[in-house]
Amino acid sequence: MPQLYWEDFTPGRVFEHGPHRVPRAEMIEFAAEFDPQPFHLDEEAARATMFGGLAASGWYSCSVLMRMMADAFVLDAASMGAPGVEEVKWLAPIRPDDELHMRASVMEARASRSRPDMGFARIRYELFNGAGELVMTLVSSLMIGRRGAAGGAA
Amino acid sequence: MKFFEDIAVGERHELGSRTFTAEAIKAFARRYDPQAFHLDEEAAARSPFGALCASGWHTASAWMGLMVRYQRRADDERRARGEPVAELGPSPGFRDLKWLKPVYAGDTVSYAMEVVDKRPSGSRPNWGLITIRNTGVNQKGEPVISFDSVAFVERRERAA
Repeated sequence: MPQLYWEDFTPGRVFEHGPHRVPRAEMIEFAAEFDPQPFHLDEEAARATMFGGLAASGWYSCSVLMRMMADAFVLDAASMGAPGVEEVKWLAPIRPDDELHMRASVMEARASRSRPDMGFARIRYELFNGAGELVMTLVSSLMIGRRGAAGGAA
Repeated sequence: MKFFEDIAVGERHELGSRTFTAEAIKAFARRYDPQAFHLDEEAAARSPFGALCASGWHTASAWMGLMVRYQRRADDERRARGEPVAELGPSPGFRDLKWLKPVYAGDTVSYAMEVVDKRPSGSRPNWGLITIRNTGVNQKGEPVISFDSVAFVERRERAA
């Protein structure tokens, strides 16, 4: 049973999660399938590029952030998925074997007009590397079941 | 990649398609998005989605995989013709990503990109920035994903 419902996502609430390690082998495996550019695959080739060394694919970073959201609160919530993402900024490269930390801040919560059993929480995510530098931000709304509504939770 | 100067606003490229098998959907979800409706058919049947469906990040990442391979094939053809090839640089990010419909197990998504804007980079004189609108439609022709991304592309006329 979910522990968190829409009513729990009050503006100002913060969820923290980490450290989450991004192993070199996993980064490269992801890139080989989804983003096979030299600077995501090969240390030597990456050195000559704007990245200056092997860097994670931005899509790997998004996928890892999803995993961190899931472990931080989504799996405990009556999550009904997300309609999309407003904005993602890749601010600095994520390096192999780094340990990431996530901060998710609820910015806004609104009930659904068409669906009385759910509401939206607009959340800003910040991802920091092991040195505490901000490497990525993401803003997205999550659809969450309301407490006491029938169904709602997966 | 074409050089920044040779890219025209409005040009559109069909990047190819990808079928999302139940096995691939679950493998991606186990590692990156372990919500029940991406992992388990029975739980998905009880969820708002009604059936097993791909993580939205799986659908989005698949676009990148096809885009990179499409550009690589085009670059190989340019080299074969003896033409120079421009470098595709990093992307600062994207906006307005919409997951318009679930991508269910067995669905095939066809992806395309269209250039919607271009401008020289203010901070990196050897590079320009292009904005592209990226879309995916399923085998029934229904749009399932759309987003606008930005990428650095090498300029032909390099600053001294």
